[in-house]
Amino acid sequence: MSPAIPVPRFGHGSRVPGWDEEVDLDKDPAVVPDPRTTPVPGDLRDEIERAMAKYPDRRSAVIPALYAAQQLHGWCSPEAIHQVAAVMQVTPAYLTSVATFYDMLENRPEPQGHHDVYVCTNISCSLRGADHILDAMVAAAALHENVHVRAFECLGACDIAPMASVDGEYVGPLETADAAKIVEDLEAGRPVLESKQLRFRKSADPQVAKGGEEFSPPPPEVPRADTAGLGPEDETLDRPGPTAPIELPAEEAAEDEDDH
Amino acid sequence: MPLLLFDGIDEPGLNTLPVYERRGGYQPLRKALAMTPEEVLADITDSGLRGRGGAGFRMAQKASFLPHGDMDRYLVCNADESEPGAFKDRELMQKNPHALIEGIAIASWAAGINRAFIYIRGEYQQQADILEAAIAEAEAAAYLGERILGSDHSLKLVLHRGAGAYICGEETGLLDSLEGKRGNPRLKPPFPAIEGLYHGPTLINNVETLYTVPYIIRMGGKEYAQLGTGSSTGTKIASISGDIQRPGNYEIEFGIPAREIIYGLGGGPPEGREVKFWFPGGSSSPVLTKDDLDIPYDYDSLAKAGSMLGTASIIVVDDSHTVLEVALKLAKFYAHESCGKCVPCREGTNWTVKMLRRIQSGEATPMDLDIMASVQEQIIGNCLCVLGDAMAMPIGSMVEKFRAELEAEIEAAREREGAGPLEEAIPVGVADEYAGPYPVHF
Repeated sequence: MSPAIPVPRFGHGSRVPGWDEEVDLDKDPAVVPDPRTTPVPGDLRDEIERAMAKYPDRRSAVIPALYAAQQLHGWCSPEAIHQVAAVMQVTPAYLTSVATFYDMLENRPEPQGHHDVYVCTNISCSLRGADHILDAMVAAAALHENVHVRAFECLGACDIAPMASVDGEYVGPLETADAAKIVEDLEAGRPVLESKQLRFRKSADPQVAKGGEEFSPPPPEVPRADTAGLGPEDETLDRPGPTAPIELPAEEAAEDEDDH
Repeated sequence: MPLLLFDGIDEPGLNTLPVYERRGGYQPLRKALAMTPEEVLADITDSGLRGRGGAGFRMAQKASFLPHGDMDRYLVCNADESEPGAFKDRELMQKNPHALIEGIAIASWAAGINRAFIYIRGEYQQQADILEAAIAEAEAAAYLGERILGSDHSLKLVLHRGAGAYICGEETGLLDSLEGKRGNPRLKPPFPAIEGLYHGPTLINNVETLYTVPYIIRMGGKEYAQLGTGSSTGTKIASISGDIQRPGNYEIEFGIPAREIIYGLGGGPPEGREVKFWFPGGSSSPVLTKDDLDIPYDYDSLAKAGSMLGTASIIVVDDSHTVLEVALKLAKFYAHESCGKCVPCREGTNWTVKMLRRIQSGEATPMDLDIMASVQEQIIGNCLCVLGDAMAMPIGSMVEKFRAELEAEIEAAREREGAGPLEEAIPVGVADEYAGPYPVHF
């Protein structure tokens, strides 16, 4: 009988890393940092204070505040948490409890200004070969320290499966060859995989396309390139039409051919 | 059927106020503000509008649960669309954010609320930016803020971004997250309508529910109720994905056969393949097979068929995929997203993953399937929220409907991995007594 898939274990069989690390019992418990002695970058302070002002309870701003600090520091480092705690006047432990709950808040060191690539590996995407895309993406980013690739749960774009979110920009349907292009575009500072961006995609419902003749041109003050109805300025790309079928990734299609 | 929610959704610049107003936007808000809150609520009652977020609870009834009196009441729009297979809210918010804002303004007038939040999942950064811009436009045009359009209604609307947690789509988990805590669901009762956000009465609705409200006010509740079938009134955005030729969001009228959605609109599975099974309402709904394709697509018919409409997110799986592969993907997702607050879900999801992996590694026996089914049974109804049930229902239905395939898979894996004969694998003493199939209680 083959062994089961090994589960990483730490001291005494625990699955939680660091649970048995030595504790310094002489250390004082963490307290709310003193804002007078904690230097906080001005922009970050302003952003957190603006966020706090929006809610009846300032603690509601914890997620926006931690996210802002993460943007600045690269991850929710002890320093980042300390700064947020000083502005929000809560304990660092409270912030850590929140930071460890949410997938988009990083609790492992990441370089400042890194790019996040979330590859969706949930059902709809995996049915269309997301696992190959993830492998290709990890391989493409292997030598690029500032490109952080993660497998992610459903990102809510199953219509462009298999897909990924690159710094918040949804792109798909992806093929394995796109992985290298994504990294290339990120390194060059270009819009990522512009021909496959979700923001330009038209509705799949054929009735919407039918009603399209009645549309009048938008007023001149309407910004371009933020809804599916408008392409980017000087668009030359041939985008898939509203009801264009999504192609299976080349690799998977070839595999399927072998099966049948 | 003419389009309602998707009418002109691709019109260039619809996300901006000038174009939305040109299409008749914010007229329903004017109409609603000229009516009393009771009249607006009665109109929504007449429409029979049911919540589009999964549970299908009647919206007007939910709003009527809010206690009266002088206290801070809140409206929260649940835009934490994280259900695998669901992407309808994304398209609605991205292309027509003002309809959602208008719906929130009308619903809050009907329920006597002055403070509203949209909780959007953190991954929807573009949609959040678009909504924020739209809220600013609406505020500048006096559709939000103090004394809207000169009426007695004031509303402050704040967009709140989450940071990636499926459980925050659960209403009480969402409230905790919005209060700046870990998104752990709360014990109910008290229900949010009595004690929700910041301990105040809170009305929580899905994006699509609120988005539909202006359309109801525009055409009148009674006329809206003419659409659809039985107690499933109106139209719905159905999201189709998976092994399908034309995945995407389609507006459908309730009651059309599922076959028409999957084959007519979605184009069916890729050529040469057949539908093996499908999730009718997102990954949490019990699966249906190809024999169920002629079921009318509405709340009641799907419930009768042993599944649910949920978020109307159809995931089609064709015959090129194994049940085991889908089940494992699903179980891993729920195990990852379980918040860990209550035991049946935290342990049940993890053990289900382990049991499915045992099948893959050739360690399982057919008895494992009975144990797995029994675990699912013990999760359902025993948790604070429905995340555990959301795994238990589809996995349970897969074990039930595809038992033969899973047994064959177990046998094949045992052979592949060189595991010993089955009789030796079942623990001594159990094999004699065990008459199968389940329930198993060791």
